[in-house]
Order: sequence, then structure tokens, then C-alpha cells
Amino acid sequence: MKQKKVATKPDGGNFEQSLKRLEEIVEALEEGSVTLEEVLQMYQEGAQLSKQCLEQLHQAELTLKRLSKDINGKFELVDEEPRA
Amino acid sequence: MKTAAAILSVTDITRRIKTTLEQSFTNLTIQGEISNFKHHSSGHLYFTLKDEGAQISGVMWRSRVASLFFTPQDGMKVIARGNISVYEVRGVYQLDVQQLQPLGVGDLQVAFEKLKQKLFAEGLFAQDHKKPLPRFPRRIGLVTSPTGAAVRDMIQVIGRRYPIVELILCPVRVQGEGAAAEIAQAIDDCNEFGGIDLLIVGRGGGSLEDLWAFNEEIVARAIYRSSIPVVSAVGHEVDVTIADFVADLRAPTPSAAAELAVPKRDDLVEIVRNICYTSEQIVTDRLAAQREQIRTLIGSYSFNKPFDKVRQFAQRADELKLALGRMVGHRLALLGQQCASLEKRMDSVRPERILERGYAMVFRDHHVVPSAGELATGDAIVVRFRDGDIGATVGPDTHTN
Repeated sequence: MKQKKVATKPDGGNFEQSLKRLEEIVEALEEGSVTLEEVLQMYQEGAQLSKQCLEQLHQAELTLKRLSKDINGKFELVDEEPRA
Repeated sequence: MKTAAAILSVTDITRRIKTTLEQSFTNLTIQGEISNFKHHSSGHLYFTLKDEGAQISGVMWRSRVASLFFTPQDGMKVIARGNISVYEVRGVYQLDVQQLQPLGVGDLQVAFEKLKQKLFAEGLFAQDHKKPLPRFPRRIGLVTSPTGAAVRDMIQVIGRRYPIVELILCPVRVQGEGAAAEIAQAIDDCNEFGGIDLLIVGRGGGSLEDLWAFNEEIVARAIYRSSIPVVSAVGHEVDVTIADFVADLRAPTPSAAAELAVPKRDDLVEIVRNICYTSEQIVTDRLAAQREQIRTLIGSYSFNKPFDKVRQFAQRADELKLALGRMVGHRLALLGQQCASLEKRMDSVRPERILERGYAMVFRDHHVVPSAGELATGDAIVVRFRDGDIGATVGPDTHTN
């Protein structure tokens, strides 16, 4: 049941970026120098992002892996049984 | 006569000494102070054990070095267990140390302080070397024992607070033989593997000896060179290790480390909701403000100016129309007068006016006959008088002069 997983888990990083973008949007909105059209555009983007963020926060389930190294020094992430 | 003593070779006698010594002095427990300590690149340890009156060379082979839970240092009082061995090549005897222990906690404290001072001087604890922890870690490496309360607590806390993360277990022994080396290796491995953005290095509570691996120089150096931020989490709150000084953040316990490592999901939900609310509020306000602005504009003087202009133009058009009407009427009247005067003049030259004065007109075949010469006797003519026409026939010539 070995599973090689090189790609990072999508959630965390995206979440960080999404939240950063959300904060940018609010800052820009608060600053008030943007046009009405931009305001509406940003608001729409923000609404979508925050929806995604909340979904990510609610869907996530902890994953547990073990870092193993073979004799050639190659690394592998092995699924680990969840423990109580 | 004396029998001549048997002649022995150096090798023979050395071998006999070796046998005698090595058989007589086994399982010794010796107390002394370490000096001339050398950790040879081969992995073996060489040192001298001494007290006020004597000294003895000691060696600890690499295979046994792994069992040390501390790094011996000059001046440290220790209890060494082992056997006497003779190194024939150089004709020396030495203590082959199998086990080495600090004499007491006091000596561990001394070692601790010495290492602490050394690493401090080297800048391993420097505040400006400490890396900030990621705000939202994706992968957290747990360098700890795979069994025991510490790892279980950390998994539990992180699972509860921030299950978005991926936990990577790096199982190591955390005490006894080779623990420090394993911990250091695991930290290096995590760095080499990449993709891990935070490390928690630690273990649950225990005696000073149990925790000693975290006071070892190799662990300290591995933490220092780690490009991944490290949270140390060793023992209980009261336990402070060298690892704690080097780590980017010291957590008092493994559970506390887990709490410090990740944000709380509920807090994040709250943050996102707040952002939603704030931006909604801003947009609503902004729209209301814009509406108000539009309303003001509609009511404003300058916005209504175009309509004024239209109205003004309409008025002007009406005026022009009137003027035009007047002009045309005037012209028509003038023309009328001209017509009337012409009519009068025409009227004055009308033939009827002449007839009224007593003249008559002669017609033949409906044409005016202006001259008597044009008429012949017998021509039928019509003579027109003022009050009517009569028929007549031209009689014979009655020319007058």
C-alpha cells in the first residue's frame, strides 16, 4: 500500500494564497480608490474565494504519512495508519 | 648454578603480560575524570581517565560509542565500565571502555553548560538566525518516537485544530543508544526530502538522562542547519534542552508544539467570514453612495442644462416661425397692392372703357377689323357698341376724305 506522492497537498498552500488574496481585496475595497466596476469584480472574486476557503476548511481530513528512505537514499512517503 | 633464564622475545613477554592482565582485570568499574578527550574521525573515542594520583588510557570503540547518551568532555567525572586490554604493538595497556556514564547529574549539568556556552559563542542561538514559522503549514514533519504519548498527542491536537495539514512521521529513537544521531539524521533527511515546511522535534517527559539526546551537539547542529523551521518540544515545561535554544521556537511540551505549529480551523473560518462580511458591507455602502451620487447629479442644475437648452431652442424656433409668418404676410400684402395698381392700369386701357366713351369696334369673323380698307362690300360684320353687338353688311364704298 505504498503511495508515492510528490505533489504537495493542494489545500494548505491554496488556502494561504486564497486568504492572502481575500485580505488584499478587503484592503483594496477599504481603501476606496477603485472604480465601481472593479469593486464589483473584486467582490465577486472575494465571494468565490471565501466560499472555496470555507469548503476547504470544512472538508479537510488529517493525512498521516511516514518518511522512509531506501538503501539508495531515495525518499518515499508511506501511508500511515491513523492512530487514536 | 643458576639455570639460565629462558630468553623471551618482546612479543612473547608482551603476549604473556597481555594474557595475565586481560584475564585478571575484567568487568571493572572505574571512577575518574576525563582528560585529553578525542573523538577520532574513525568514530572511536580516546581519552585519559585520571584522579589525583594516577592516570590510565581509555578507548571506546565506535560500536559502543553509539550507546553513549552524552558526549564526554574534558573535566567530566565519569564511571567507566570495561576491561583492561594491552595494545601489543606499542606495549601499552588501556581501559577498553564498554560503558561510560557521568558520575552524577552534576556532571551532566556541567556538560550541558559547557556545550551551551560553546554553541552560544558560535551563534547557534542567535535570534536573527531563527526562522519564522509558516502561517499555514502544508506538511509538518514529526521527528519523534513513533510510539508513546508525545506523537499521539501531537497527532490529536493537530487533527483537531487544523486537519488541512499532512503529517509526516519521521520515527526515531529519542533516548539511549544512537538516539541523538538518529534525530540529527531525521532532521537532515527532512531537509533533503523537501516539501516539508515545518518540523517538530521532540519527545515526552523523562529523566535528564532520557532527554539527553536533545542536549547533544549533533542534534543542535542539525537543527541549526535545517532550512525548515524547527519547533522543539522536549519533555515538560521545566525541561530545557540545548535543542530548545537552537530551535526556531521552543514549545514547553509536544502538545503545546502542536498548538503553536498550526492555526485553529475555527479561527480561520471566523477570519474568512469576517472578510466576507466586511467586503459585503463595503460594497453595499459603496453602491448606496453611488446611487446617492447619481440622484444628486440628476437633480443638479448642470445636469438639467441640456433640457434647458432644448427648451430654449424650442422657444427660438417658435419665435422664428412667427417672424417668418409675419414676413411672408407682409410680402404678400405688398404683392397684392402691386397687383391692384396693375389691375387699375389694365382696367383703364380695357376696350370696353373706350366703347363707353361712344366708340364702336368692328369684328369680322371674330377678329377686330382695325382699318376700313380691309373690308369689302357685302362683308358680314359685327359692330360692338358699349351696350351690345349688332350684325351689319358692308355697303358700297362711301369713302370720306
